[in-house]
Amino acid sequence: MSESILIAKDIVKQYGDYLALDYVNLEIPRGSIFGLLGPNGAGKTTLMRIINQIIAPDYGTLIFDGKPLKRADISQIGYLPEERGLYKKMKVGEQTLYLAKLKGMPHNEALEKLKFWFKKFDILHWWNKKVEELSKGMAQKIQFVVTVIHEPKLLIFDEPFSGFDPINVAIIRDEILELKKGGTTIIFSTHRMESVEEICDNIALINNGKTILEGAIEKIKNDFRSNIFSVKINTENLTLPEQFQIISNTDNNYQIQISENATSNQLLNALIEKCEIISFQEKIPTMEDIFIKAVKDE
Amino acid sequence: MNKIWLIIKREYLVRVRKRSFIIMTILGPLLMAGIIILPTYLAMQGHDERTIALYEENTFFSSKLEDTDNLHFVKIPFEEVNIIKEDFSASPYYALLDIKDAENFTLYSNQQVSLSVQSEIEGKLSDIIQRQKLELAGIDLQILEGVTTQIEVETIIIGEEGETTGNAEVSFGIGFMCGILIYMFIFMYGTMVMRGVIEEKTSRIVEVIISSVKPFQLMMGKILGVALVGLTQFLLWIILTLILSAFAEVLFFDTLTISTESIAVGKEQSLILSSLSTSLAGINILQLLFSFVFYFLGGYLLYSALFAAVGSAVDAEADTQQFILPITIPLIISFILMQPVMDNPDGVLAYWLSLIPFTSPIIMMVRLPFGVSNAELILSMALLVAGFLATTYLAAKIYRTGILMYGKKASYKELWKWLTYRG
Repeated sequence: MSESILIAKDIVKQYGDYLALDYVNLEIPRGSIFGLLGPNGAGKTTLMRIINQIIAPDYGTLIFDGKPLKRADISQIGYLPEERGLYKKMKVGEQTLYLAKLKGMPHNEALEKLKFWFKKFDILHWWNKKVEELSKGMAQKIQFVVTVIHEPKLLIFDEPFSGFDPINVAIIRDEILELKKGGTTIIFSTHRMESVEEICDNIALINNGKTILEGAIEKIKNDFRSNIFSVKINTENLTLPEQFQIISNTDNNYQIQISENATSNQLLNALIEKCEIISFQEKIPTMEDIFIKAVKDE
Repeated sequence: MNKIWLIIKREYLVRVRKRSFIIMTILGPLLMAGIIILPTYLAMQGHDERTIALYEENTFFSSKLEDTDNLHFVKIPFEEVNIIKEDFSASPYYALLDIKDAENFTLYSNQQVSLSVQSEIEGKLSDIIQRQKLELAGIDLQILEGVTTQIEVETIIIGEEGETTGNAEVSFGIGFMCGILIYMFIFMYGTMVMRGVIEEKTSRIVEVIISSVKPFQLMMGKILGVALVGLTQFLLWIILTLILSAFAEVLFFDTLTISTESIAVGKEQSLILSSLSTSLAGINILQLLFSFVFYFLGGYLLYSALFAAVGSAVDAEADTQQFILPITIPLIISFILMQPVMDNPDGVLAYWLSLIPFTSPIIMMVRLPFGVSNAELILSMALLVAGFLATTYLAAKIYRTGILMYGKKASYKELWKWLTYRG
């Protein structure tokens, strides 16, 4: 069993003069939650459509589960697109059954699994309702069920939380984490950086059709450490050796930059001699900071 | 293949279960029956007897004017003329015919005199004048009447299966019916496909589905599903029409035969009816039926693919106008040219229009009852198959890009670009 569920090699997609993907490379570790990040128009949706074989790449290869991606693999992939909806006039039960069967599930198995999920979400009484009778939040739950119903190895969520209310966000997030525990790999694209930090193991940042950042989230955060420390002390006139540079001071909250050859302990020692330390913390960049910095630097 | 069946099944069931489908299925034959029965019924009724007041100084015309089934002439004295003119509605007459001399006739009435009354009176008067002129020229009227002859040419078609009796009127009627039906069906079901595509796009379910099936499968599934809806409706119409006509026969048969004999037009009609069975023998019913289904399906497949492409390129039905027009132009042209083609079913116009796949479904059906050689028919059918394969191929390319374009108003330039995109 290969370690990566999906490897994308040199994916290129061009629409007329517009280059949507420019030799994109990705490796998605099995059983992880993979955040696909990037500003609008970066090419995330195009990439997800290529993985779902909705469109074909102009160049490049995709390796799924150790073998080149083929048509039959779509039954092993679940996709919740950003632009998602349901037939409004169709009944919920009939519709979910139809969509599950389109994924290749036999009738009885589809029915059984659907009842399981409907019970889990406590929505069994919607079975004979038309979709147009449901609220937006209700429809989103159904869309989620339809996406995961065939128990695929790889789940792809494009902006899964957009338009969800906080309660539903929590429900869906917990379900995603549970699916991960069950061994499913999840790719998800989002603008919501706090949810990236919360649930992603790995990320890739795409901008202008190129991967500009890829790897484990901890490692990326480490790489983006700025060696700035927030220090609260009781002295107003602090002076430090030259390897510690004071960036700012507001009400005795100091931002101190340590030069590359110095360590945080050295800073602590230097401070202990001069004042009383109230708090001492490394300023770790958030994913949002990293996102903005990476896109700007590019 | 299994998945395309699922799509066909859904598209079919959703539409067949709709209330509008059931209503159309029932109303269709009723409307058809109405169109046929009502004018006949009205023609039988509505012959009110009208009394026409007649004033003439002498008695030349008044002595010769004879009453008819619905016109009754009453000669009135001069004094009464002014009384009637003053207060027409009080008089018992429908109109007043004032004859000054053999060139000046005036018809007075308090309302617009009906066209049939006017033409009947004109006919009678000119008849009298003609006879008078003939008599003055010294022609014996009895000889003249003996000369009048009426002949009927029997048309016989020498075909591959031997000689058969032909009837241009019956061919005309059948051709016209088939042409209209195909035109109607292509429009109805073509737009049905287009609406289905727009619905999937606006409800945003399309991307969910094409992550399970290929866009081409979704498009073809929809087109074929709607085709089955069309065939179902057609079949139900035939069955219902048969049942209805059986009922109508029981209810109207006696009155029909009695009253048709009473009017001249009716006589002609019953003559046609009696010769209908022999005339129909001249038309290959089996070939006609097969061709009808073939041209309906072929024409529908050709156009519905284009309708699907239009649906994929827009966000709402209101935006379809600019793309619909070029699709409907060949359909409307075929519709308009049905008449000239029937006037000359073997002409150059008829020949070419029945070969071009965009017009052949309607025009060939119009020509077929007049007899078309097998070679020509096969060529036309082959071209139609090639035609719908070509439009489906092109439409599928537009479709698969169009369905993923949201909130963007497509232009022709854009559509052309979509055609060139790779898979």
